[in-house]
Amino acid sequence: MSKEQPAAAIELVGVEKRFGRQTVLRDVNLSVVSGKTTVIVGASGEGKSVIIKHMLGLVRPERGEVRVFGSNLARARKKELNRIRMEFGVLFQNVALFDSMNVFDNVALPLRERTKLSETVIRAKVREKLDLMDLVDADDKFPAQLSGGMKKRVGLARALMLDPKVVFFDEPTTGLDVSRSNEIYRLFHKTQRRLGYTAVIVSHDVPKIFKLADYVALLAEGRIQGVMSPEAFQLSEQPLIRRYVEETMGPIYSSAKEEAALYEPA
Amino acid sequence: MNPAKPFEKIGDSCLGFLEQGGRMGIFLFACLLNLVKPPYPLFPVIRQAHFIGVRSLFVIIFTGAFTGMILALQGYYTLTKFGSEGLLGSAVALSLIRELGPVLTALMVVGRAGSAICAEIGIMRNSEQIDALECMAIDPYKYLLAPKYLAGILTLPLLTAIFDVIGILGGYLIGVVLLDVNGGTYFQGMYASVEWQDVKMGLVKSLIFGLLIVWIASAKGYFLHKERSGGFGAEGVSRVTTDAVVLSSVAILVWDYLISAIML
Repeated sequence: MSKEQPAAAIELVGVEKRFGRQTVLRDVNLSVVSGKTTVIVGASGEGKSVIIKHMLGLVRPERGEVRVFGSNLARARKKELNRIRMEFGVLFQNVALFDSMNVFDNVALPLRERTKLSETVIRAKVREKLDLMDLVDADDKFPAQLSGGMKKRVGLARALMLDPKVVFFDEPTTGLDVSRSNEIYRLFHKTQRRLGYTAVIVSHDVPKIFKLADYVALLAEGRIQGVMSPEAFQLSEQPLIRRYVEETMGPIYSSAKEEAALYEPA
Repeated sequence: MNPAKPFEKIGDSCLGFLEQGGRMGIFLFACLLNLVKPPYPLFPVIRQAHFIGVRSLFVIIFTGAFTGMILALQGYYTLTKFGSEGLLGSAVALSLIRELGPVLTALMVVGRAGSAICAEIGIMRNSEQIDALECMAIDPYKYLLAPKYLAGILTLPLLTAIFDVIGILGGYLIGVVLLDVNGGTYFQGMYASVEWQDVKMGLVKSLIFGLLIVWIASAKGYFLHKERSGGFGAEGVSRVTTDAVVLSSVAILVWDYLISAIML
């Protein structure tokens, strides 16, 4: 790694969030590196989705700053918020497709509402994105007629419609079987390579998600317990990270640790 | 038991009430602001007007006809006691135009469209569709709510007018065709007694009721997640929809009294 600090697309500084009397985030500090994939893991109910909602400006923190491309979302006015959100794409946990619109209209909506493109251009762009997601003959179907995996693919097509700089994935494979999950990961990999976006993923799918991650962050006890490469994360000595890794993956065998004698300098 | 507990509960309810009132007030302001702010896309308004107006037509015609018929039947037997059945036309028309037309139309629209608006927006809130709109930098107030407000304000007076006309014809059917009141007298009494002031009162009422229905229904659905009693899942949607229908119906009657008191 170079000594230079990598450029951060999003930075959370000392973020605190309460819902009623319950404090969900105590002091969250997290930096999302531009062009890379940051995966946030943690037990259910720790507030991982709340972190994403802060980054999207859907909730505002009680204390702290949420800096996106240099602007503080915690204090941003609606106009600025909307300008920043034009750079975002989101794949929600339950996809949040508009259930009274068919697949084509769902994917076309961001273009129709946010750009002045002609319907011909919009049709071509939507077709391109749907093809990228291997969605053929699904244009006229409604979300209720789609399988879970197809819904996620339509959701991803919609998220990528405005060629965003940052794409958020909230539990992208929840409720999908192994082959459908792999399909989503394959599409994620393919689209990120092609479009070069920064990705923030909240996931439970450990260890598989580590293969896609450049950085892994653990949220526990209302704080980010460390942001590191997947390899470093699995070998971390930080007690909470270690406990999480052992709970989700079992004890990790590290030859450097277990067979220290072999690694001692001669 | 903590002796301060009942007071805490009262205070908590009062705060909740104020919070909800404030939220709904700001919501209404934001919706009206987005109503006047350009651009003005026509198609969503037409679609909503079709949903609130055209699809309520059958129920409005049906209730309008029967209301007029009942008014004529009851009015005839009351008026004959005083030998003044010639006033039947005026009695039916004035009751319909000033009171029953706007109120019953509004109550029918609450049951048919108000509940649907609340459930639709509530489900959109529940399934993060409103969050999705915001994340795409699409303003839900402009995209989702403003067309409903405009459609509500436009269609209610039209539906009320249809209700009134059908009611008067229903009254004619019973009074003139079945009970042998003179047809000329029926309409002549109406021309003589109904004034612009009466029509204006009906119009003002229906405009305000149109706004009330959409406001309460959309606000209840939109703030589903902020309901104190827990507003999630199918049960949450059903609860706010019931609340919206009850609250709208009560609000219509209260405002009916207030407008009558001010305009009479």
